[in-house]
Amino acid sequence: MTSTDLPMPVLARDGLAGVPTTDAEQSRKEFASDQEVRWCPGCGDYAVLAAVQGFLPELGLRRENICFVSGIGCSSRFPYYLDTYGLHSIHGRAPAIATGLATARPDLSVWVVTGDGDALSIGGNHLVHALRRNVNLTILLFNNRIYGLTKGQYSPTSEIGLVTKSTPMGSVDTPFNPVSLALGAEATFVARTVDSDRKHLTAVLREAAAHRGASLVEIYQNCPIFNDGAFDAVKDADQREEAVIPLVHGEPIRFGAGGRHGVVRSASGGVEVVDVPDDADDAWLARLLVHDAHADDPTQAFALSRLTDAGHLQRAPIGIFRQVERPTYDDLTRQQVETAIGTSGPGDLQSLVDGPDTWTVG
Amino acid sequence: MVKQVEQLDRVVIRFAGDSGDGMQLTGDRFTQETATFGNDLSTLPNFPAEIRAPAGTLPGVSSFQLHFADHAVLTPGDRPDVLVAMNPAALRANVADLRAGGILVVDSHDFTRRNLARAGYEHDPLEGDDLAAFQVHAIDLTGLATGAVEGFGLSRKDASRTKNMFALGLLSWMYGRPVEGTIEHVQNRFASKPDVAAANIASFRAGWAFGETTESFAVSYEVAPAPMPAGRYRNITGNLALAYGIVAAGQLSGLPVFLGAYPITPASDVLHELSRHKSFGVTTFQAEDEIAGVGAALGAAYGGHLAFSSTSGPGVALKSETIGLAVMLEVPLVVVDVQRGGPSTGLPTKTEQADLLQAMFGRNGEAPVPIVAPSSPADCFDAASEAARIAVTHRTPVMLLSDGYLANGSEPWRVPDVDALPRIDPRFADGPNTPEGFAPYARDPETLARPWAPPGVAGLEHRIGGIEKADLSGDISYDPENHDLMVRTRQAKVDAVAASIPPTEVDDPTGDARILMLGWGSTKGPIAAGVRLARAEGTPVAQAHVRHLNPLPPDLGDVLRRYERVVVPEMNLGQLALLLRARYLVDVRGYDKVRGMPFVSDELAQVIAEHALDLVRQDERTDSKERA
Repeated sequence: MTSTDLPMPVLARDGLAGVPTTDAEQSRKEFASDQEVRWCPGCGDYAVLAAVQGFLPELGLRRENICFVSGIGCSSRFPYYLDTYGLHSIHGRAPAIATGLATARPDLSVWVVTGDGDALSIGGNHLVHALRRNVNLTILLFNNRIYGLTKGQYSPTSEIGLVTKSTPMGSVDTPFNPVSLALGAEATFVARTVDSDRKHLTAVLREAAAHRGASLVEIYQNCPIFNDGAFDAVKDADQREEAVIPLVHGEPIRFGAGGRHGVVRSASGGVEVVDVPDDADDAWLARLLVHDAHADDPTQAFALSRLTDAGHLQRAPIGIFRQVERPTYDDLTRQQVETAIGTSGPGDLQSLVDGPDTWTVG
Repeated sequence: MVKQVEQLDRVVIRFAGDSGDGMQLTGDRFTQETATFGNDLSTLPNFPAEIRAPAGTLPGVSSFQLHFADHAVLTPGDRPDVLVAMNPAALRANVADLRAGGILVVDSHDFTRRNLARAGYEHDPLEGDDLAAFQVHAIDLTGLATGAVEGFGLSRKDASRTKNMFALGLLSWMYGRPVEGTIEHVQNRFASKPDVAAANIASFRAGWAFGETTESFAVSYEVAPAPMPAGRYRNITGNLALAYGIVAAGQLSGLPVFLGAYPITPASDVLHELSRHKSFGVTTFQAEDEIAGVGAALGAAYGGHLAFSSTSGPGVALKSETIGLAVMLEVPLVVVDVQRGGPSTGLPTKTEQADLLQAMFGRNGEAPVPIVAPSSPADCFDAASEAARIAVTHRTPVMLLSDGYLANGSEPWRVPDVDALPRIDPRFADGPNTPEGFAPYARDPETLARPWAPPGVAGLEHRIGGIEKADLSGDISYDPENHDLMVRTRQAKVDAVAASIPPTEVDDPTGDARILMLGWGSTKGPIAAGVRLARAEGTPVAQAHVRHLNPLPPDLGDVLRRYERVVVPEMNLGQLALLLRARYLVDVRGYDKVRGMPFVSDELAQVIAEHALDLVRQDERTDSKERA
């Protein structure tokens, strides 16, 4: 086998390069469709929809060049409520369908809307492969840790012991940590945010959209009907200061009232939360881990993802875990087609069907 | 030495050896020489699913059969006239098929006690009377080949591997095949290893010279070229023709082609071939699974590409839900099913036609899709672009049902003038189609096709999905009357494809046949060969072949009712027969075999004879009743 020279990585912040823009002023209202929104009152999906509708005008893209693709589940109704192109597909398959669309159409900004059941259970295979291929997609994973549309069964992110309709004696399934999974799947952009934190959510969306490659954004989203309060620790004004471990690239990782907790390397090779002494000097503070989302090696990002509670959520890192450059599948695929045309010219159908071994009769 | 030349009108040769002996290559080359010479031909490779079963064992035997003639050839031949067996296992696995009096060329090199035992022989069949019915040429082909390439610096193993070229040279002499093409092929194939190329050519020439000079072959044979319509020809396999048909459909529609596929036997060659033709704007996506293969194809189709997903039966099962989504979305998509023996993993390398009902009904809900089936290897080209035409014109997923026999079999193909091929018009939506704006589910009054409106056009932004949609707007609708209307409309849209299907061609030369032999897919050649034999024996019989399985041709019911007896041979347990009986209330008789192999013409001639006799007996019963 001969090796092929891969082109230099395109700048990872070129996520929207090739998508036509407009100079016309756009408003949130233009991105709202005429369809009545049909989520339960109090659903976290409303907040995400409002944030996305409010954020899209900022991109300045032509509305017709934006496409939302979803699977099945409560959150997958999302595309109906945006006045862009939208495709509400089948359970778990949105990343696969979006891979075809994004590869075929470099002039589109392609978004995937999915949930914890859709992306991590029935569609787990497609999610990990879209991430490893680094297809230029922005994937919004609404994680409510429950099946909502089918009325309350445990999901692949539900905590062990959760009592649901299908687990009356408590779930015995070990849950996935979506961020750990994405990092293990070679994802180039992995972030976590919270439905009710509009400002943080928007900031993460901005970075995710700008990233060239697959961006996975896990959004903690409250289901008020079947799993209410699952994320109270990171949402509630009184608790969040102690529960949210903020990840900011280039900053030491410190949280809690007055920054009384910090993250340091642990003896086991991972990371751990420690209390910062009131009299911590500079030498002590130098032990605090400085977040590096741009590190090529995902080890530290993975270690940070493990600070998330697997059981009932008490504490979780929030922010961008990883943001690195790698050529995208769709760019490379299109480049191969262009290279083939550039090398031998556009194919000639007659000479193809003729082939090398013909003979003539008559 | 002047040797006698005997004229023949047809010959069937089978090359058989170990999987690693290069029998497929040998067969391919002999085929190419034969095609260049101008005979009509048909081929049937037959190989095990295992890549390299243990050497010298029966499961490891691979074979390639070729039928060539000075007249039109319809099948790869029932029984070989010539068998080339490269080891004891190859002899044991194939000799029962050789016709009495046939020529048997055996490489005696490996007829050792150990190899004989491995093949299940208790004693050496080359000694004694076991093979007395045949003209046996037991020759140490391996030893002769090794001797011929001495001095090329090959290892002993590599030297012995040129034995297939020696055999090819010998057979090429026996049947007066042109050799230049093979020499050129070997030079190109081993361009980076000139000594290997030279050794193989030396072995090939030595094989030819061996036939020409030794006493053991007193006769060579001549099969004159077959009369064929004027034109330029090449030999082509079904999978290659199918891949070319996909490339052609892209060119004829002016659309970039997208293939989403997961490797599966016997369909993988379609993926391999299309991967080589990126300069035609072809994108291939090797997906993580069958579902993603068709999912990505659907995404590309939604984005305005001409999209295909190629697979075999087990893959279709996995793709079903996505095909159902394509039915709902009403976007063009072609799913290629190169059928193999089933159910489950079944017989991966053997042929079967048992996915017809899966293609027809294998989805939840009322989810009709048009179905097209090619009837010969070369026909895969036209069938692929016909499937694309239907998909694009009618905005629907289409199933293209090839099979393992078509996929790997080959025949001469009169190469089309591509400028004369019919264009495919994608007619993308470019603006509002109703006074109120864009209605994604407003329909063409004739075809009932909806607009194809890929993203990127301002003003046509819309949302669609797998939930039932309101007529015209495509918005979500749970209204009972609307669902009834949409289910019926999707069915009517597929039914409307019938308007573009040509009339059924019935071959009934005398016009007085009482029996119609009706087939679909790859059985066309074998049925025609059986019909030819029956006619030669004086039984008038008609033949017709169905290319469009859904919807069926509008005139098919009338055709069936014109005959007292309709017989449908199928490589399944009567799937088309079931559809015909249900649809037309005609007492169709099946003839079903699922042996993983195509029908042989003798057995079909026998079936025709039995039905003819049955009709005569029926007449007699009627007569005696009337007399009484």
